[in-house]
Amino acid sequence: MIVAKRKPFNEIKSLLKDYKKVLNVGCGTCVAVCLAGGEKEVAILNAELDMARKIEDNPVEMGAITVERQCDMEYLEVLDSMVNEYDALLSMACGAGIQFLAERYPGKPVLPAVDTTFIGVNQAVGWYEERCRSCSSCVLGLTGGICPVTMCAKGLYNGPCGGTNNGSCEIDKNQPCAWYMIYERLKGQNRLDCIMEITPPPEWQNQIPRTVIQPGYKKPEKA
Amino acid sequence: MRLDYPSNIKIIRVPCTGKVDVMHLLGAIQKGADGVYAVGCMEGACHYNEGNLRARERVMHVQKLLEEVGIEGDRVRMYNLSSGEGPTFAAYAKEMTEHIKKLGPNPLSRRKKTK
Repeated sequence: MIVAKRKPFNEIKSLLKDYKKVLNVGCGTCVAVCLAGGEKEVAILNAELDMARKIEDNPVEMGAITVERQCDMEYLEVLDSMVNEYDALLSMACGAGIQFLAERYPGKPVLPAVDTTFIGVNQAVGWYEERCRSCSSCVLGLTGGICPVTMCAKGLYNGPCGGTNNGSCEIDKNQPCAWYMIYERLKGQNRLDCIMEITPPPEWQNQIPRTVIQPGYKKPEKA
Repeated sequence: MRLDYPSNIKIIRVPCTGKVDVMHLLGAIQKGADGVYAVGCMEGACHYNEGNLRARERVMHVQKLLEEVGIEGDRVRMYNLSSGEGPTFAAYAKEMTEHIKKLGPNPLSRRKKTK
């Protein structure tokens, strides 16, 4: 899932300082699961903004709605009849959701309330760890299911650097060396030959926004 | 026991302090309460293992949120006692009331009255 964390309150407050009526749009998928931007977090942020602006004698009217997903057009439709009543939209979705909202309502300021942080896993309630950098060329099949791009500080594809230190990374002894973990995992699976495969460098340069069209879903061309 | 405790306190019963949500505490202050406190079982003696510990975390979180907003975080507190301690309950009620009286009214309701 995409993991985000809420922006510092003062930053959000300053983004909204010129607006009197704001619709706070939550997202019910990833950011709701990682407890950053779902229905409950919308309510908490709205309560905080309401109180802070009252204290400053500059009240703001906060609207609240949480859609299933802000990155899916069909779920944004419900907002069409609402946005005109508001001076600005505050989005608690990930960066993709915020941009999709802004794209749909180009005439309205759409402001972020969270910082999108990473694609990760849920280790316990409220505890998330990064696992994927969405690099577009997955090597997990060769690395025992441990991603060297994410888990290695240098993102090395072909074995550890000279800084590997008894299982730890040179940047921090509490940070495990990804390639040490990969070696141990592959050894346990009797697949150490995988480590000998050379992975060519990925195309990091000149990256532009990527598009994926799943097989069988290409829009039919007009006859 | 017929113990006295300050009449300004309104009790909201919950099955366990673990039920107390951030929005319950924040909403009370937003609606004009001068203070809110959660009274849970002694730490280590929760029937649900960690309900009161979760409540403590939430109380601490709300204190931080209120400070960000510009309201004294100490208007929200957590107390612990065992269910047999009636006199302690009354003592905490008095302590909280005196503490809030020292802080004065909720800045939000103070503002309403001056207008």
